[in-house]
Amino acid sequence: MSEERKVIVEIKGVNKIYGKNHVVKDLDLDIYEGEFLTLLGSSGCGKTTTLRMVAGFEEPTSGTIKVENEDIHNKEPYERDVNTVFQSYALFPHMTVYDNVAYGLKMKKVKKAEIKERVTEMLDMVQLGGFEKRYPLQLSGGQKQRVAIARALINKPKVLLLDEPLGALDLKLRKQMQLELKRLQKKLNITFIYVTHDQEEALTMSDRICIMNDGVLQQVGTPSQIYESPRTRFVATFIGETNLFDGIVRAKQNGKLHINVESGDFCVPDEDFKNNEMLAVSVRPERMLYSAEPVEGFNLTGTVKDQIYVGSVLKTVVELPNGNEVKIERLAGQELPKGGMVYLHWNDGDAKLIHTFDDVFAGAVEDVVMQ
Amino acid sequence: MSRNIKAIIKKIVSIIFCGLVYLFLFLPIAVIVVNSFNATTTKPYQTWKGFTFDWYGKLFENETLLNSFGTTMAIALISTLLSTAIGTIAAVGMYKYKFKGKNIIDGLLYIPVVIPEIVLGISLLTLFSNTHIPRGMLTLVLAHTTFSIPYVIFNVRARLSGYDNSIEEASMDLGANRIVTFKNITLPVLAPGIGGGALLAFTLSIDDVIVSYFTNGQVKTFPLKVMESIKSGVAPDVNALSALILIGTILLVILTQSDLFKKKQ
Amino acid sequence: MAKMTKHRLRSNTLPAVTMVGPVTLWLAFFVAIPLLYVLVMSFCSLDSGYNVVFEFTLANYKRLFDPNYVQIYMTSILVAFLTTVICILIGYPFSFLIARTTSKYKALLYMLVIIPFWTNSLIRIYGWRSFLGANGPLNNFLTSAHLADHPIQFLFNRGATVLGMVYCLFPFMVLPLYTSIEKLDKNLLEASADLGARKTSTFLRVIIPLTMSGIFSGSIMVFIPSLGYFFVADILGGGNSDVIGNLIERQFQSGNNWPLGAALSIILILITLLLVKFYQKLGGDMDSLGV
Repeated sequence: MSEERKVIVEIKGVNKIYGKNHVVKDLDLDIYEGEFLTLLGSSGCGKTTTLRMVAGFEEPTSGTIKVENEDIHNKEPYERDVNTVFQSYALFPHMTVYDNVAYGLKMKKVKKAEIKERVTEMLDMVQLGGFEKRYPLQLSGGQKQRVAIARALINKPKVLLLDEPLGALDLKLRKQMQLELKRLQKKLNITFIYVTHDQEEALTMSDRICIMNDGVLQQVGTPSQIYESPRTRFVATFIGETNLFDGIVRAKQNGKLHINVESGDFCVPDEDFKNNEMLAVSVRPERMLYSAEPVEGFNLTGTVKDQIYVGSVLKTVVELPNGNEVKIERLAGQELPKGGMVYLHWNDGDAKLIHTFDDVFAGAVEDVVMQ
Repeated sequence: MSRNIKAIIKKIVSIIFCGLVYLFLFLPIAVIVVNSFNATTTKPYQTWKGFTFDWYGKLFENETLLNSFGTTMAIALISTLLSTAIGTIAAVGMYKYKFKGKNIIDGLLYIPVVIPEIVLGISLLTLFSNTHIPRGMLTLVLAHTTFSIPYVIFNVRARLSGYDNSIEEASMDLGANRIVTFKNITLPVLAPGIGGGALLAFTLSIDDVIVSYFTNGQVKTFPLKVMESIKSGVAPDVNALSALILIGTILLVILTQSDLFKKKQ
Repeated sequence: MAKMTKHRLRSNTLPAVTMVGPVTLWLAFFVAIPLLYVLVMSFCSLDSGYNVVFEFTLANYKRLFDPNYVQIYMTSILVAFLTTVICILIGYPFSFLIARTTSKYKALLYMLVIIPFWTNSLIRIYGWRSFLGANGPLNNFLTSAHLADHPIQFLFNRGATVLGMVYCLFPFMVLPLYTSIEKLDKNLLEASADLGARKTSTFLRVIIPLTMSGIFSGSIMVFIPSLGYFFVADILGGGNSDVIGNLIERQFQSGNNWPLGAALSIILILITLLLVKFYQKLGGDMDSLGV
């Protein structure tokens, strides 16, 4: 990410409360010009509400949203320079593809000749040239999706909001559309705010991912930051698979922490934790190492419970003495006898330390963590 | 074999039964049509005096009859417009917004549909007489609009049940304000429901006897004209006009239905 | 916060009020208030010049128990009951046949039930009177075929009134029946047969219960209006089989006793409310059974 990127959408201290439901809690988020930002979370986490507040269909209970430094609170949806691609496509059923795509330009009173030119160009761009006269009912899901995207993009919005736009498509089409959306976004250099609950989709497409849970922003970062350095337990478990161990800081020495996990202690170079602080240690299955013989230093012992061969990868489940299970993924190779003893360990950098107090105090402490 | 014969007998019995039911339904209409060609000129116009087309011509000389028909059409048109406008907007509003007292409005809507028409008629009569609103065209329009509104609302509501709210949001998102959105998106998409409701309102209005009977004052609609003439016998020109109205309504429905059909495609 | 409230008003309350406001006012003025007027009037008195005066009295309600009136209620309810039963007996098999036909004219068969109702109902009833009258085609046929020596009096009795009511209200029975029968899952009938049920027991145990909601709503839509269709009794019954509607009509027109007419209307309203409540109760039960 370059340093001098311009903030295009600024969300500050935004809350949304419906009756007793606090749907979005103290959300602060800057979105940069030209980036592909994904709001990721399970249903009901507040991601769609956030998107709808930017679009103007919902208003924040408190807080401000600025687009290009202008507070848009008093602007109706039709006065905002943002456009939306709806989950249900929301194509106008009584209009042709052409009229659907031309709608925004007609509202802006663009000249007919120019509308024609731009619609044709736009439809070509989404590979729907020749479909002008069809009605939405005569289109497949993927085609409807392209029309919805074309209809929004033709207005050259400052920001395009996409609410689970690929949710209704089958897997193969979804993969194809993911690439196509990314290509369009690059080509047009428009900021995309993309809502999804599909982590793989988020990892594939996004410049940055913003993970939300229960209305609280958990972490914002590039896909690799999110995957490699999850900040909360939620993020660690939500993105990819991981092994989480409860731990406690035994001592701090020379910029290193001595941490007790399960039955052993290990050292990590880190200073962000206090003595006796409880924490969680996350080790991804593909970073977990094992051997038939104990290794020097930190070891966890367990028994091989199961081993599944899935094509390129060998998945192993090891049961620890306390009954917890550890997942391990290796490229196919050495197989272990079921029921045999095994020694688990990891490299220093592969164990990610996660503050756990924020799970308990959720929103209140979240601010501290975010800073 | 016996099973086959049984099936055939069953089929024949079914056809005869349905035929009799249709005969029952269309018999009085046949009587009306036949009587419209009856050459008789003496009351009560019951005896067959030969075939003539005259009544279809004389009909257009009978000014009071034509006037009553004009009145009926005017009332039907105005009350259909009013009830369709009010009903459509209300159905959309009740679908989109949650508010207190919605149940009460719903309950009030069912009243004109379930209570016997005579009760609606006399209650309106009581209202108009107590508020000194002179009975005539105005009160007829008000009354007809009242019993039509629920039917319009139910029709539009049926159409709304499969309605995707986000198309309105999409329209606003693309720069159309609420009024433009209502005109460009909501109305055209709901058009079949609105059209069905309007058609029902129109047919209910032109056929209404009971409510009109109590709210008309001196104004005679076509059904009331018929009612008046029943004592002395319904004249063949009235039959002729009825036959024409029936044909007109059938054409209207065929036209509008095929239009709706096209829209669906 | 004040700014927020203003925005909120702009975005929701105003459109809601402008959209639902007109219908609310209309229903209040032309449905609720008139019915209240009727209620109030039913407790009013008449002065010597037959003018309504707002003087509280129960006299109108007492008069409702006049044996002559009670006789008419009984007739009216009997007529309504017979009308409903006949509509079910003819309408059920008829709806069943047209709802489950495989003919490509199914839609037309359905429309043919409705088309007659686009002609003025009075004139169709009068059509029956012409047909059944002493000089009508039916009697002409019977006498000329020597099936009868002299014209038979078909008109001006309870039977003629019931015939007219059945005629007027038949589609209101057929439409809900048609809908409920068409919804029947064919697999269910086959399952019932497959499980060894005879045709009659399939009909009684499966088809009838599943189409009960149609029978109920059809009955409501036939029974209630038939209490009020005074013109049918007028034209075909000839004053020999008045229904409650005739009684009310007379008070508001020739009889000029509005308070009594209002009290009679309250009876009709109460019967309607009772039947609708009963129907809702039955309907509610049917819903919870998943019908």
